[in-house]
Amino acid sequence: MLTLQKPHRHVETVIHSEVLIDCRIENLYYGDFRAIRDCDLSIERGKITAFIGPSGCGKSTVLRCMNRMNDLVQGFRIDGQIHFQGQDIYHPSVDPVAVRRHIGMVFQQPNPFAMSIYKNVAFGLKLNRVKDDIPGRVEDALRRAGLWDEVKDKLKSSALALSGGQQQRLCIARAIATEPQVLLMDEPCSALDPIATRRIEELMLQLKERYTIVIVTHNLHQAQRIADKTAFMYVDTSNSSRTGFLVEYADTHRLFNHPQQEYTLQYLRGEFS
Amino acid sequence: MNSPATTTADINTPLNIKWSLRHRSTLVSVGLSGLTYFIAVVACIPLFSVLTMLIWRGGQHLSLRLFTETPPSAFAEGGGFGNAIVGTIVMVGIAALISVPCGIMGAIVLAECGPESRTATIVRFCAKLLTGFPSILAGVFTYASVVLVTGTYSAPAGGIALSILMLPIVMLTAEEAMKSVPRKMREAAYGMGATQTQVIWHVILPTALPSMLTGVMLAVARAAGETAPLLFTALNSNYWIIQDGQQALMEPTASLAVLIYNFSGVPFKNQLELAWAAALVLVLLVLTVNLCGRALADSQKHY
Amino acid sequence: MPTPAQSPHVSQSNSMVSNHSKRSPARTSPTFEVSVVSPPSTTDVLVDRGFRGLAYVFAWLTIVLVCTILYEIGGHAFPAIQEYGLSFVTQSTWDANNAQFSVLPEIWGTLSSSLLALAIATFFGVFIAIFLTQDFLTPRVERVFTTIFELLAAIPSVVYGLWGIYIVIPTIRPIATWLHEHLGTIPFFSTPLSGPGLLPASLVLSIMILPTIAAVSRDAISAVPNQLREAAYGLGATRWQVIPGVVLRTASSGIFGAMVLGLGRALGETMALAMLIGNSNQVSLSLFSPANTLAALLANNFPEAGKVEEQALMFAALILLAITLGVNMIGTVIIDRTTRRLTGGTS
Repeated sequence: MLTLQKPHRHVETVIHSEVLIDCRIENLYYGDFRAIRDCDLSIERGKITAFIGPSGCGKSTVLRCMNRMNDLVQGFRIDGQIHFQGQDIYHPSVDPVAVRRHIGMVFQQPNPFAMSIYKNVAFGLKLNRVKDDIPGRVEDALRRAGLWDEVKDKLKSSALALSGGQQQRLCIARAIATEPQVLLMDEPCSALDPIATRRIEELMLQLKERYTIVIVTHNLHQAQRIADKTAFMYVDTSNSSRTGFLVEYADTHRLFNHPQQEYTLQYLRGEFS
Repeated sequence: MNSPATTTADINTPLNIKWSLRHRSTLVSVGLSGLTYFIAVVACIPLFSVLTMLIWRGGQHLSLRLFTETPPSAFAEGGGFGNAIVGTIVMVGIAALISVPCGIMGAIVLAECGPESRTATIVRFCAKLLTGFPSILAGVFTYASVVLVTGTYSAPAGGIALSILMLPIVMLTAEEAMKSVPRKMREAAYGMGATQTQVIWHVILPTALPSMLTGVMLAVARAAGETAPLLFTALNSNYWIIQDGQQALMEPTASLAVLIYNFSGVPFKNQLELAWAAALVLVLLVLTVNLCGRALADSQKHY
Repeated sequence: MPTPAQSPHVSQSNSMVSNHSKRSPARTSPTFEVSVVSPPSTTDVLVDRGFRGLAYVFAWLTIVLVCTILYEIGGHAFPAIQEYGLSFVTQSTWDANNAQFSVLPEIWGTLSSSLLALAIATFFGVFIAIFLTQDFLTPRVERVFTTIFELLAAIPSVVYGLWGIYIVIPTIRPIATWLHEHLGTIPFFSTPLSGPGLLPASLVLSIMILPTIAAVSRDAISAVPNQLREAAYGLGATRWQVIPGVVLRTASSGIFGAMVLGLGRALGETMALAMLIGNSNQVSLSLFSPANTLAALLANNFPEAGKVEEQALMFAALILLAITLGVNMIGTVIIDRTTRRLTGGTS
């Protein structure tokens, strides 16, 4: 049997890389339920960071903490800090709305609004009161999301008529139209077929040059293919509860080939065998 | 830890994530949220105003004689509205006797026998139309089809008029109740070879009973407060339904609601005070039945 | 009568019956190893058929009821329709002594009081629906407020009438007097409020339809998928950018349906109006002048009506029926279509 040990706190040498989000979650609750404990890690600028782990281990919860989406859940409470460019985003003086404008998000299910394709992408621009050259920005965002050629002739038609993969790329275009610094992606490919998944992955590798990307995925191959760094989370079912925690966080290559923790090793072995 | 300049341009702008009312959208948002709270509080005022007035003006005169005596004439003192309470109960009872079986049987068709059939679609549409049916027209219809035929204003006529208003409420809530019986329960019963009638009697109705009861109670609460359908079906009366051992079911019958209406505009202080007291009794009656129905529904939310 | 084969369950159980009867087992052996399964007995089958037939009869009763209502009111109104024809809705006398009847003021009063009440109730109702769904409150407080707003609908109409006479009218009279004295040139304020009138009636009416509008709008708003709200919040929208931009836009047809249903309720509401509107046969733009509605006309005149007036009242009832049925039908269809779109269809 495995012994539960306090996860090894990763002391990364911050010389070449620059920390953009510094996440120090001690405990996270939904009402009385403790969903997460001990999750400390630093997201580095310009890299793709992947969260992997079994379902229910709180990967998405941690991700949703980074732009305060969890504030919308009743009973949510967090002990700890998350620093974004040196500012604690959970400090009382911080406006969650402003945080979300800097840290964009793409969700598991494609969720375009029931509006035209053009209006979907322009939605964020309108929120930020951008007035100049909206058509140009929309086109640019759609191009970078690799969707422009497919939709340039039907910008005025409903976004709901697009296929699932196209909808998800539209959601990415919508998120990047306002030039956020970070893009959080919560299992963006789980509702898509392999071909659409492939396109999104290629897209992420392109976007990496401009944005810092944090992705939650249940697909280990996907993490290996695209992520620079990978965080492995596991779920602690002692005390008849399910509390997720961070087991290991390292460069993707190292985590998959030389895992330092017993949990990681077993999980990878189980998944890959 | 603030970042040094890097190649990407947008990072140079200082990060401003502080909450501040100087942001226009934040200001608008706070303002509208404040307005929403204000509006919600304002919208609560009528209910509390009505209740306060009833307790203040009606409560002063609440006494036992109100329930045992009949209404006084214009200049008389004292009196009560016991006959009106009995009349209301009798007529709502008649209405329930008619509308509950019809409503539940109809709901069985809507929920079980053929939810998608043409009959069900038309019946459901008719029931929805009846929920918005003006109560005065229920009175007009009953006048034309019952009062003119029997030749007299009567308690059954009032009951029939009320049943038209109760029917759609009973039917539509019963349909919802039966539909919310989990699929696996009915599949288990069908899987054992039960006929549809057996499934309905042994599985659906017992499981859905509390929710259906809630619908019936809401309908009863609505009917008890209705005035318009009774104005020219049951009319009004100053006598008990059973007077000196003689039943007077086929005679004009008093009801609380009509009594309030008749006494509301009179210049006689005593009758006016009676109207307030009757209103208090009526509202207590209606709210009790209504809240009991809700409590029953809340206790049954989970299966 | 509908054939029982319309139901999927029915055809299923029928085929079950025939299957069983083909290979009817012989139940002679006393040991328990032999199956006790038997096909449904004839009684079972007959009871099943009979019960379902009975259910259909009762269901049809509802349809018959609606048709009878139309027939009875239409039939009794027929002599008056022949007598007065179109002039019934274009003139404004109601004189039982000279047998002159027409309902233009009542139609005007019905429409103006209902629309005024609808405007007030929609404003409040939509804000309340937002208040109850968009995370303003903890779930427990939310339930308390929901109950309070629903109880508004439980108070009987006649009690609202009583309350209106002795509370609302005295409360708004100083305001109305001030408005009339200072802004009397505006047609809306051109008469003083002497007592009952259009404004107090509409105010009370708006309170009575508020629960309908708030409840139906609330359902429409909570049917908006959470994903859409999250998408907007994820882009950094404030609550009041999400609500009009995404929530209300998606729920708009449901809210419109709520308004139409609320209008239907307002048009048919009787007692509070009969007590508060003043029952005066005139067409006036002033908010403070007494007016009349079709429903109030029926409530006030029916009990003492003679034969001829009764026919005229039946005609008025028919007009009210036509207006409310039409409005309710539109509202029902809109809401049905909206629910189907949000729950069933993909695009």
